[in-house]
Amino acid sequence: MNAITPITTSIKDWETDQEVRWCPGCGDYAILKAVQRTLPELGADPANTVFVSGIGCSSRFPYYVESYGFHTIHGRAPAFATGIKLANPALDVWLVTGDGDGMSIGGNHTMHVLRRNLDCQILLFNNEIYGLTKGQYSPTSREGTTSPSTPLGSVDRPASPCAFALGAGARFIARGFDVSKHLPEVLKAAYHHKGAAFVEIFQNCIVYNKDRFEDFAAPKGAEDRQLWLHNGEPMLFAKGEKGIALDTEKLTLKVVDVVDGDWQAAGVIVHDVTNRSIAHMLVEMPFGPFPMALGVLYDDPRPTFEAAVMAEREKASAGKEPNLAKLLAKGQTWTVTEDGPDL
Amino acid sequence: MATQLADPEARSTNAPEAVVVRFAGDSGDGMQLTGGQFTLSSALAGNDFATFPDFPAEIRAPQGTLFGVSAFQINFGSTSIDTAGDAPDVLVAMNPAALKTNVGALKPGGLIIADTGEFTKRNLEKAKYEVNPLEDGSLSKWQVLAFDISALTLESVKPFGLGNKEALRCKNMWTLGLSLWMFDRDRQPLIDWLNAKFAKNKVLADANIAALNAGHAYGETAELGGHVKKLHLGPVPTPAGLYRTVTGADAVALGLVAGAQLAHLPMFFGGYPITPASSILHALVRLKEFNVTTFQAEDEIAAICAAIGASYAGQLGVTSSSGPGIALKTEAMGLAVMTELPLVIVNSQRGGPSTGLPTKTEQSDLYQAVYGRNGDTPIPVISARSPGDAFDCAIEACRIAVQYMTPVILLTDGYIANAAEPWKVPDPADYAEFPVSFLAEKNAGDTLLPYKRDAKGARPWIKPGTPGLMHRIGGIEKQVDTGHLDYSPANHQAMTDARKAKVDGIAKSIPAQDVCLGTEGGKLAVVGWGSTYGPIHQAVGRARNKGLDVSHIHVRHIWPLPENLGDLLRGYDKVLVPEMNTGQFKTVLRDQFLVDARPLTKTSGQPFTIAEIEAAIEGALA
Repeated sequence: MNAITPITTSIKDWETDQEVRWCPGCGDYAILKAVQRTLPELGADPANTVFVSGIGCSSRFPYYVESYGFHTIHGRAPAFATGIKLANPALDVWLVTGDGDGMSIGGNHTMHVLRRNLDCQILLFNNEIYGLTKGQYSPTSREGTTSPSTPLGSVDRPASPCAFALGAGARFIARGFDVSKHLPEVLKAAYHHKGAAFVEIFQNCIVYNKDRFEDFAAPKGAEDRQLWLHNGEPMLFAKGEKGIALDTEKLTLKVVDVVDGDWQAAGVIVHDVTNRSIAHMLVEMPFGPFPMALGVLYDDPRPTFEAAVMAEREKASAGKEPNLAKLLAKGQTWTVTEDGPDL
Repeated sequence: MATQLADPEARSTNAPEAVVVRFAGDSGDGMQLTGGQFTLSSALAGNDFATFPDFPAEIRAPQGTLFGVSAFQINFGSTSIDTAGDAPDVLVAMNPAALKTNVGALKPGGLIIADTGEFTKRNLEKAKYEVNPLEDGSLSKWQVLAFDISALTLESVKPFGLGNKEALRCKNMWTLGLSLWMFDRDRQPLIDWLNAKFAKNKVLADANIAALNAGHAYGETAELGGHVKKLHLGPVPTPAGLYRTVTGADAVALGLVAGAQLAHLPMFFGGYPITPASSILHALVRLKEFNVTTFQAEDEIAAICAAIGASYAGQLGVTSSSGPGIALKTEAMGLAVMTELPLVIVNSQRGGPSTGLPTKTEQSDLYQAVYGRNGDTPIPVISARSPGDAFDCAIEACRIAVQYMTPVILLTDGYIANAAEPWKVPDPADYAEFPVSFLAEKNAGDTLLPYKRDAKGARPWIKPGTPGLMHRIGGIEKQVDTGHLDYSPANHQAMTDARKAKVDGIAKSIPAQDVCLGTEGGKLAVVGWGSTYGPIHQAVGRARNKGLDVSHIHVRHIWPLPENLGDLLRGYDKVLVPEMNTGQFKTVLRDQFLVDARPLTKTSGQPFTIAEIEAAIEGALA
């Protein structure tokens, strides 16, 4: 995000005249609406906002947001975003990618944009499948996923985007899912984080991986299966009857029962978004034995890449006059007169 | 080549107006440094010169091995010099491996200076010599001057108490001192340079200076046999003005800075380390005060993508690499064509395919530059003929990029990138500015048409951040004018035609092709591009001196080609195209003009010699 003067817009101001071409029922619609609803609340300026994407279903996103948009090539959106932000740090850059785009073909760039800490919001739509190419398994597909390219089930272990991001050095990690009412809050937190803000958004691919996330995203029983994290608040779920505590002997997390609301007695951890050790445990926390960790898992800003580059340029340029003629004549020179060289 | 040529036809070819010296040694012997300093002394003596550094790909190859030999050749003299010289007159061989790999090139009767201190049994074995060549008479067609340079060096630096290894490192300065004496060069600039280089280590400075002086004194006082005598080469007649030496890599960097200034734009340079292109990144990173941002990316792809991102955001995006890296950038180049954003892509060509010969020169990426993309993806291509010319070519690439909203490829090669030549310092005021104007308001009444074209076929450049001009671009086919997604048949036809017409139209903004030596029309045209300029020019000059009807045409704009080139070529009975590949430009000329262009090819990783081209000319006219 940038320190800008907030301007007043409505959701309508962020809609383009382009026909949206996602499949009916696709989770992308809900994410698009959440973003379009959030931007006015942030006071964002369409003229100062750039959505950059790679290739895939998710990467069509920029066409539907009335701002500046650049639909680039497969996996490379972080590199384009880096050039854009270094050329004009005043722009608000949103990066939209998917599990194939950001974790597979573009994994390298995802790693480097995070470790450099370019100031941008990275929304990785994870549907655990290649949708636009008609349903092949992706790097986040669970083991045994059957698809046109894995008719006998996939055999490789899936990547975990949030664990990857944290390992790469990200300073902001959050999770949400397409139809969640909490998604705007997560987007706002990402926007307010100065630096690379990584948001994994579970997204339902209605055609090739339908209801893949129903086990935790379904409204029925959601309380028991979703752990929404809030900074400074205890990690409670199941209507406050369960919580997450630290198993100090094994140095792992554990689920504990909370009796009569006394979460302190149960040893439930208070979420501290700046605690990197706990963040490591949260991104690795397996769904099933544990609820799905959602919301802002980690948020601890550091100086940004573009600020460091600018500062270095200013320092290196200080007191130097950009005189091209002098530059060309630099180094060891000699003058040739009519009579030959004058040494 | 040099500054301005005296007409080769008017020149006598009698020696010794020019001398070719090759320094060869182990890659740790400091041969590139020795050569570089000798070059400087030649410049200060007013000689014209050309150099050819030839070094191994290995950073520290095992000592004494054949593949660890590093050489630096300089051709200097009192006439105009176009090439680094065919065959050396003098070979300085610091060890057996250096002798073995380089002696074959030496002129019959030429001089070998060898360090006997390094001709040990072990080093001879490493160089695969069974018998010491200095002793078995196998070098009899050359003059041999063999003495223990290692011992003499150790002796000269004794007072400074250096360790044996450090002391031996001064050998290159000792040899340089001897060379300076042989060619009557002033030592003072070198002494100044050593003092500055080792400002923080006075002992090393003094030791190196002592070695330099000792080598010089050795030439002066020792009774050297054979043809070793002091040789004075007078200054070459050149136009009056301020001169400096420049390598192609430096010239490209300076030209890009100049180009961005002439366009009134900040420059963004995205690069990734690769030989021999890295020197451009190294040069630009030191020029931040010229509003230059450099970015060492995570890979070649990110380097070009970031540059395109910067262009999209309103700066002049530049990226640079060599063949394998350019291959990786190809998909992004297509996006720059589709989104019609300005971009300069510099390719310092090296021997291929694949990793190929990273430190050797070749011109084999011409097909890649002209044809090497998916889809109908026209990109203008410019090639530099010499280090100094690379400055003007870089400016021209910037001009075309911003005026036509297109990526532009600038081809240099390993030879141009590393070679140095005297360069008459240009005056920036002599170059026409081409300031860029960004679109500030809607360009069709109440509507924004991001792909509405001007008379040249270029679309407007619209910076994000401009109020009211929000729009989306990307790699999917664009609708005419609006830039919306459009897959329809008629639209793709129209946009393909428009992209082609725009790039073809660049031919209208470039100079007509000239004949740089000889006549318009005749029996034979030798057509070159890029760094073959020097040997072609000299060879054509020599052939014309013999009365042969041959002319030299050198093409800068490879794509689109100058409009008059076809007619010009049809004015000759024969067309010969020397190039350091298997005949790529020849194919382009045949394809574009249906002329019977004949190839003269060389892919040894070494530049053409004058003699090779001269022989081909004589063969063609026989």
